[in-house]
Amino acid sequence: MNQSQFRGTFRPYVSPRDPCPPILEKTFVLPPQLFTNFQKPGLPQNSPEEALKQGSLWPQFVDGFYREEGIS
Amino acid sequence: MWVYEKKLLYPVEVTTCNPMLAKYLMEQYGGADGELAAALRYMNQRYTVPDKVIGVLTDISTEEFSHLEMLATMIYKLTKDATPEQLEKAGLGAHFVNHGHSLFYENAGGVPFTATYIQSKGDPIADLYEDIAAEEKARATYQWLIDISDDPGVSDALRFLRERENIHSLRFRESVEILKEERDRKKIF
Ligand SMILES: [Fe+2]
Repeated sequence: MNQSQFRGTFRPYVSPRDPCPPILEKTFVLPPQLFTNFQKPGLPQNSPEEALKQGSLWPQFVDGFYREEGIS
Repeated sequence: MWVYEKKLLYPVEVTTCNPMLAKYLMEQYGGADGELAAALRYMNQRYTVPDKVIGVLTDISTEEFSHLEMLATMIYKLTKDATPEQLEKAGLGAHFVNHGHSLFYENAGGVPFTATYIQSKGDPIADLYEDIAAEEKARATYQWLIDISDDPGVSDALRFLRERENIHSLRFRESVEILKEERDRKKIF
């Protein structure tokens, strides 16, 4: 699964007087449904087992979320 | 920092003595989808959204405060000379007992404003979609206010305010599109 295509980044303003070590780049989620205004028929499907595991019959709409991404 | 101009964003003309209409206008003054909620929501969310959309939130929040001022003016004009009896007849008896002739942030049903009307989720897409929904709800509220208003001056101001909500909604939709362009930026560079 490639989450990076469902993430965006920005570089917030950093002041020389920031009290904590500044985070130079922040990541935010752009979930897959943002890029599909209306689902097309006949999209590739997961196997029933995989669909149950992933929470979607269609892999296209799965972006996952992992603590290791460090978004928060 | 803000610069205050001592005039209204759009002229407000009130032609009838109608405290009942003031009560209805309070929905947009201190209600869940009203101008105070909008202004406070955007003014607070703007700190943690991506830098490209901070300005949109600042600008629209500022404009919502000028809308709040227009509503305050209408409500004030519609109630300032009403007797306690007239206020009571208009359903504002409880308001008068608690607040006299002064204004207060409450909805048309007299429920005081609460911060639980607004949210800041720290997720830019969740926040912007809330903002779009808020604008559409404000637009709808203005429609029902226009439908119930029998004051041509007030209706004119309400129509102006309703159109502004359309534009705000569009600006927030554009903000979502701007953020979508940030998709996968790491891979492109
Ligand atoms: Fe608005």
